[in-house]
Amino acid sequence: MSKLVVIGDGMVGRRFLEAVTQRDPSWEVTVLCEEPRPAYDRVRLSAFFDGVSAEELSLASELPNVEVKLGEPAVSIARTSKVVYSDKGEYPYDKLVFATGSYAFVPPMEGADLEGVFVYRTIDDLEAIKAHSAGKRHGVVIGGGLLGLEAANALKLLGLETQIVEFAPWLMARQLDEAGGGILKQHIEKLGIGVDCGTGGTKIEAVDGRLRMETNREDIAYDTDLIIFAAGVRPRDQLARECGIEVGERGGIITDLSCATSDPDVYAIGEVAAMEGMCYGLVAPGYSMAEVVADRLAGGEATFPGADMSTKLKLLGVDVAQFGAMDGPLSTTYLDPAHGTYAKLILSDDAQTLLGGMLVGDAEAYPLLRASVGGKVPGKLADLLGGGEIEGSLPDGAQVCSCNAVTKGDIMSAIHEDGCSDVPALKACTKAGTSCGSCVPMLKQLLKEGGVEVSNAVCEHFTQSRAELFDIVKVTGITTFSELIARHGTGAGCDLCKPTVASILASLSNGHILEGEQASLQDTNDHFLANMQRNGTYSVVPRIPGGEITPDKLIVIGEVAKEFDLYTKITGGQRIDMFGARVEDLPKIWRKLVDAGFESGHAYGKALRTVKSCVGTDWCRYGVQDSVKMAIDLELRYRGLRSPHKLKSAVSGCARECAEARGKDFGIIATEHGWNLYVGGNGGFTPRHADLLLSDVDSETLVRTIDRFLMFYISTADRLQRTSKWVEGLEGGIDYLREVIVDDKLGICGELDALMEKHVENYADEWKGVIDDPEKLERFVSFVNAPEAPDPTIEFEEVRGQKFPAGTTARSHSTPVALGTPVSLRSQGK
Amino acid sequence: MQSICAFDRIIPGRGVAALLEDGTQVAVFRLHDDSLYAVSNLDPFMDANVMSRGLVGDRGGEPIVTSPLLKQAFSLKTGACLDDELVALEVFAVEVLDGEVRVGVNSEVKASA
Repeated sequence: MSKLVVIGDGMVGRRFLEAVTQRDPSWEVTVLCEEPRPAYDRVRLSAFFDGVSAEELSLASELPNVEVKLGEPAVSIARTSKVVYSDKGEYPYDKLVFATGSYAFVPPMEGADLEGVFVYRTIDDLEAIKAHSAGKRHGVVIGGGLLGLEAANALKLLGLETQIVEFAPWLMARQLDEAGGGILKQHIEKLGIGVDCGTGGTKIEAVDGRLRMETNREDIAYDTDLIIFAAGVRPRDQLARECGIEVGERGGIITDLSCATSDPDVYAIGEVAAMEGMCYGLVAPGYSMAEVVADRLAGGEATFPGADMSTKLKLLGVDVAQFGAMDGPLSTTYLDPAHGTYAKLILSDDAQTLLGGMLVGDAEAYPLLRASVGGKVPGKLADLLGGGEIEGSLPDGAQVCSCNAVTKGDIMSAIHEDGCSDVPALKACTKAGTSCGSCVPMLKQLLKEGGVEVSNAVCEHFTQSRAELFDIVKVTGITTFSELIARHGTGAGCDLCKPTVASILASLSNGHILEGEQASLQDTNDHFLANMQRNGTYSVVPRIPGGEITPDKLIVIGEVAKEFDLYTKITGGQRIDMFGARVEDLPKIWRKLVDAGFESGHAYGKALRTVKSCVGTDWCRYGVQDSVKMAIDLELRYRGLRSPHKLKSAVSGCARECAEARGKDFGIIATEHGWNLYVGGNGGFTPRHADLLLSDVDSETLVRTIDRFLMFYISTADRLQRTSKWVEGLEGGIDYLREVIVDDKLGICGELDALMEKHVENYADEWKGVIDDPEKLERFVSFVNAPEAPDPTIEFEEVRGQKFPAGTTARSHSTPVALGTPVSLRSQGK
Repeated sequence: MQSICAFDRIIPGRGVAALLEDGTQVAVFRLHDDSLYAVSNLDPFMDANVMSRGLVGDRGGEPIVTSPLLKQAFSLKTGACLDDELVALEVFAVEVLDGEVRVGVNSEVKASA
């Protein structure tokens, strides 16, 4: 096998590994990574201070034949013998790729090495900044470009009074003109951040435990606690220099358009590469280089397609975008100081072709404008500049996603030929929108243009979405399915719309789910208040709120399981599942459970399942709040709440997160000052960490916000849409959700509160409702004409001291397995 | 024909299972218009006697029952599975006499089975 060595595991390096293993998995790849952690999303680095963890920023994935050596930087290269050396080993190569990226540039200044002076480049840098900022008051950021503003945002999130110092006469001088920079400064100063342009630090001193920075201006000096250099980056080309590979005058490893260096077996990609002498500081051109080299290593002829240096960012809450040329024959501008927006378009001399432009304060037109660069101006100038309604169609060659070089033509062919009908499908098929995501609104528009009607209709009987049906039921007060389908649908219904409507009726507190006509709508699990298993028997799960249970109750479960010969298993939700119950035994089982004080656990319903907890302050040495009590309170409050899909929750008593709350629909983590609330988490097929909605709130605020979150979800989600997809699908995401349920932007919080209040008041145990009702009990038989007879075709066999459905285990046991390999009954017994 | 239960015993829009004298299990459904259908209770995909616990409705006007296990739809008129043309449920004769639901083995289907 040919050996490939990659130096550096950053965003571009990682993209290269993915591309190369996909095209030609036969390379034996070794990656030398200086940082102690594998590749992470440096573009979103500031999110680290917004509650996003280092793990979530990670881009690491398992790749075939790739070995990543963490914390092991390359130290030298012998090009004649083709070996890379680190302190720990030597790595021979057939091909070598430099993906070493950049380092933060620190101008030569007295005192730049003092304690409290940082750069802003790696997660380690951020952790050091965070540690140093504790208990501090003031911070200075040197640099008013992209990176500087990111760093200023970070200091603001850390609660520091923040000052930006920029040497250029205005902010973001590389992307904006003076007017644009001025509007941006206005926005930033409104946030309470100081901005001094035309100012450069000259000297830093330590004074009384703080820092003092003098500047080129006599009138300005800063007394501060912390200084961050964010004044640009330089290519990390030292290693290449030392082994005689050609580097540029201003740094960077010189490459041709195939990314080959002066040594044809050595390539350079990303920020370290000086492509025909030019270094690119953005991730998109780096990704293009990664693809070029992957293609070359697989025998291809790819060359660098040129770089789109367009950028769109939300900096400190302000939209800033720049695309195409900065200057040209004609330009037209629009400035609205009242709303703080500025737009400038650069045009060809006949004003027909768009060459570039910039937007500050409102960048809604960015996807369209960026994709139109080089083509016809895509609308009326007044609309484009002033944020009016824009109607226009892009040419097929226009690049929609610049990060991944996807054109409108690629998107349209994915829609028409590959049948992509939504944004996730387009992302998977074309990679568009998977990096910075700024083109996602454009993707939606192209789906519409491609004639894709995104239908949320429940089924063939209702053209309405679940959310629309919910509104109809709520507003009209209709309480039966037959009336709803007669007035608002067609036909007799089906297994999709009936349970959906049953759930809506239940969410709006319409009595017992097996009462009257509702009984005919329930899926079998809801109809028998238990989960049907593969052989037609049921499983029984009593509620154990918060996972807390007395020994006496444990004994009752054991006795019931023994009496009815049930297989028992501890669930992932901190309760106990009893399997193999015959339908006619369900009422007898529940009579005993209800008498012992148990209630339905709703394991069978699209409803609240469990609220897991860790042991919290009562027992744990680390706990900072009483997580068990909170979990019990929440589980009792929301028990029986029917929703578009199942709901899971957990409460952790400290940041160690033993209850795994961030994998839940709503998860709560205790802090020293109260609770953090996270929403939209999920395990399952597509795991997702929940997003932080609130921090450090008291119990009352916590519960009120969860009330509203749940009711807003129940009111507006699609059928079988978990909260994770629902939150992702909200236009405006978690910020919008916060505006609605915390700031009451839509004025609906009162109504949401009332709905939840009604649920809490009307809750009654479903199983108690059945065993006290002879008519409902009558349904729990295997045979209507032989109520006492069990189904004779149900058979069990014994394995590991418990019973299993006959046949399934035999199959799994006949499959030879290696010792120590766990055997999944489910997958073996399909 | 064998009597299995009172007509009123079946909730409109749901089914019941009956054990025939020869040990055959039949699923009998009462639709919302009070029409009755009877098919085999055995889910042919999972080999479990559960069809009576499936939801009924229609697909393009054809009355159907959906398996409660893996949700395949079957025509209540012909027993044919609408999601897999190679599979079908046996269909049984069903009638109401003096308020009693009666089920009989459909001899033709039985003979070809």
